[in-house]
Amino acid sequence: MAGAGGGGNDVHWCFSQVKGAIDDDVAEADIISTVEFNHSGELLATGDKGGRVVIFQQETENKSQSQWRSEYNVYSTFQSHEPEFDYLKSLEIEEKINKIRWLPQKNAAQFLLSTNDKTIKLWKISERDKRPEGYNLKEEDGRYRDAATITTLRVPVFRPMDLMVEASPRRVFANAHTYHINSISVNSDNETYLSADDLRINLWHLEITDRSFNIVDIKPANMEELTEVITAAEFHPHQCNTFVYSSSKGTIRLCDMRASALCDKHSKLFEEPEDPSNRSFFSEIISSISDVKFSHNGRYMMTRDYLSVKIWDLNMENRPVETYQVHEYLRSKLCSLYENDCIFDKFECCWNGNDSVVMTGSYNNFFRMLDRSQRRDVTLEASRESCKPRQVLKPRRVCAGGKRKKDEISVDSLDFNKKILHTAWHPQENIIAVATTNNLYIFQEKVN
Amino acid sequence: MQDPAPIGLSLPQLAASRCNLCWRGRRSSSFTIKPGLQTLMTLAIKEHEQHERLEKLKTLFGLPVNKAKLTSQRTRLKNQNGFHLCRLGREVYTFVSTSRMSGSLLNMFSKGTKRKFSDGDEEISDESLVGARVASSYSLQRQSLLDMSLIKLQLCHMLVEPNLCRSVLIANTVRQIQEEMTHDGSWHMVAEAFCSAGQSPSERLVATEVLCRSREQDAEPKLFSVISYEGCREEEVVADETLCSVSVSDTVSNVCLAGRIGQCWEKSELSGVERDEEALEDSRLGSGEDEEIDTKDRASTESPKTIGQVFGTFEIKNGSPGPDSALEELFSDVDTSYYDLDTMLTGMQSAPKMGPYDILDSLAPSHSSPSIVSTPNCRSDLNELDHIMEIIVGS
Repeated sequence: MAGAGGGGNDVHWCFSQVKGAIDDDVAEADIISTVEFNHSGELLATGDKGGRVVIFQQETENKSQSQWRSEYNVYSTFQSHEPEFDYLKSLEIEEKINKIRWLPQKNAAQFLLSTNDKTIKLWKISERDKRPEGYNLKEEDGRYRDAATITTLRVPVFRPMDLMVEASPRRVFANAHTYHINSISVNSDNETYLSADDLRINLWHLEITDRSFNIVDIKPANMEELTEVITAAEFHPHQCNTFVYSSSKGTIRLCDMRASALCDKHSKLFEEPEDPSNRSFFSEIISSISDVKFSHNGRYMMTRDYLSVKIWDLNMENRPVETYQVHEYLRSKLCSLYENDCIFDKFECCWNGNDSVVMTGSYNNFFRMLDRSQRRDVTLEASRESCKPRQVLKPRRVCAGGKRKKDEISVDSLDFNKKILHTAWHPQENIIAVATTNNLYIFQEKVN
Repeated sequence: MQDPAPIGLSLPQLAASRCNLCWRGRRSSSFTIKPGLQTLMTLAIKEHEQHERLEKLKTLFGLPVNKAKLTSQRTRLKNQNGFHLCRLGREVYTFVSTSRMSGSLLNMFSKGTKRKFSDGDEEISDESLVGARVASSYSLQRQSLLDMSLIKLQLCHMLVEPNLCRSVLIANTVRQIQEEMTHDGSWHMVAEAFCSAGQSPSERLVATEVLCRSREQDAEPKLFSVISYEGCREEEVVADETLCSVSVSDTVSNVCLAGRIGQCWEKSELSGVERDEEALEDSRLGSGEDEEIDTKDRASTESPKTIGQVFGTFEIKNGSPGPDSALEELFSDVDTSYYDLDTMLTGMQSAPKMGPYDILDSLAPSHSSPSIVSTPNCRSDLNELDHIMEIIVGS
């Protein structure tokens, strides 16, 4: 089961499914921009650049079979955000879905928050599998019956129908962010959530859409002095008063909302001193944190900067407890990556269910599994070539220089347009969802 | 949130894209590549013409300027891999050597499939020459990085939705480079320019001077790239009730740095080519006359805005933009005929001074198309221009 006794490296990952168009011509609207499992893992939501949300559901029929876990099939598709035009600023607001976060399930319906650059929406996804039949005044197709023709009365009954999944927007949280929203995070109290843009973090109540509290504001009085922006924020999984936010300078601040209404003053500052031997003009850019995630147990947090993944113990601020290099071979290529803007790519990272393995993406459709318990790592590739059902993924190696061994790929051959920015791990099982540009790959653990 | 697919832009592309809004609405644009630019690209590409420069560049990049370390690294010079073309933009190349040293300050990337120069085995005659070469190559590299960063900052204003995080990171990089250049003394010419313009003396960090243009200087709003104006406005307050009260007066601040620095970059590139042979070691920030600029292009009188005000682009602020000729003097020795390209693209034969509201008016027709409809048009035009540029330049 999930990571028990090994996780990333005793586990052999095999291909399960791929979603999305096969052809290489990628429509820009199909580019996947976020991937998220819900709390049970039964639903997998993806958001794309066209503002659509596609939800996949795990089939439950085959659960009894131990050989193979069930597949994910499309459950619901809806247009979450539309492109908008801000007439006052003459700026268009992209409809791209930046983040999706599921709410814990409270009743039969599922709720998720989806956000673009400016607006957050709460969606209710509900199933309808019965419909009323036998109305007195209406025909089955909805036409009204002539009252004069009614001679008897009957009680309408519910009859089963084909399953219909409806998505309806229940709340729209708008007009609270001047800058582009980069993160949303639902609080463990299931009542509030935060939304973070480049300079501010707001606290919302799920029921109240016309107000939000600003809890962090790092905007300087003089915009000329701006040197740091917020890149990600997340609530602690258990402590409803604690959240962290990361910055473009490589620092993470942990804030306690009990301390004051405005949490500009952090409770803890996590920052690793810079390594002077690796100093370059790009040091700051590559230290910018692109993603921060708490572990499921709430004791650790993981940060992703351009070249590495760092695991921090919440009780130790001066350095991370673990550091993993994701693609160190790129360190000598930073100038070129700066030139083609790849150095600004924001990679995400995720934990597995029991916090023993972390995963993050890289270029050339590679993704990395970093086993914390065994201190091992593996590089896998999400490609169409290894798309046979249950085909085991072969570990890939990148050679930084010198002689290229067989089966290795040289750094210069990497395709920097094929990047895996978004990954997600099933909360309980060893099932991962990896998003390439416009395809979603689902890999499962090979069960013998 | 990601920017559109990153590409390196060529000089002509950059020049064309400076007035993004203007050619956004155009279905086809025709322009010629200025001779200087073509020369630049030709020079960059042709091996044999660069041999002279190559000789001077025969050092490892990224060595610390501290010469004490050179002895230990001298042996490594012999093992260097050679030289590779390094792309600054899509068409602009400079020559770098591959560095295998870890801990080097700057590691230039070599696209391995590009031209290789197998001169790596030559001995270095004397250490002082090595030192000079190291320093010069390092400063050259640093200069390239600075130029690249300035282009990128300008491009930020080209985009419909500027990415604040990216802009901040690039601006910090620029600051860092300029700080280092100040400490090295390479910035002294800039300081002179500042002093001559009656600006703050050089003891103030020049980088700060450049980056944080003080507000006490005043100027009427000058011509500014129309695109930047439109690309970088973001309200301070978004709440409905304050929408009406937001002022649009300082939109100049949004723009000028973008347009300015972009122009400056191009000018400096061209000048770099012209002075190529004799002034390779010199900093490219030569001081020079700017009469050419004044007569040919009134846009040059516009005040280059600070990088700080780049972020001001993300909101509309009150206040008047400061005039600043310092940055212009930095790059004043450049062929200004480039501006013809600009004006041709914008369809303006002269560069009239326009206030922000004039620009607003000129923007209006471009933005008259309702909401999203304009977007695909703009993007397709961008792609079209891209395509046209490739045809012209790629030949």
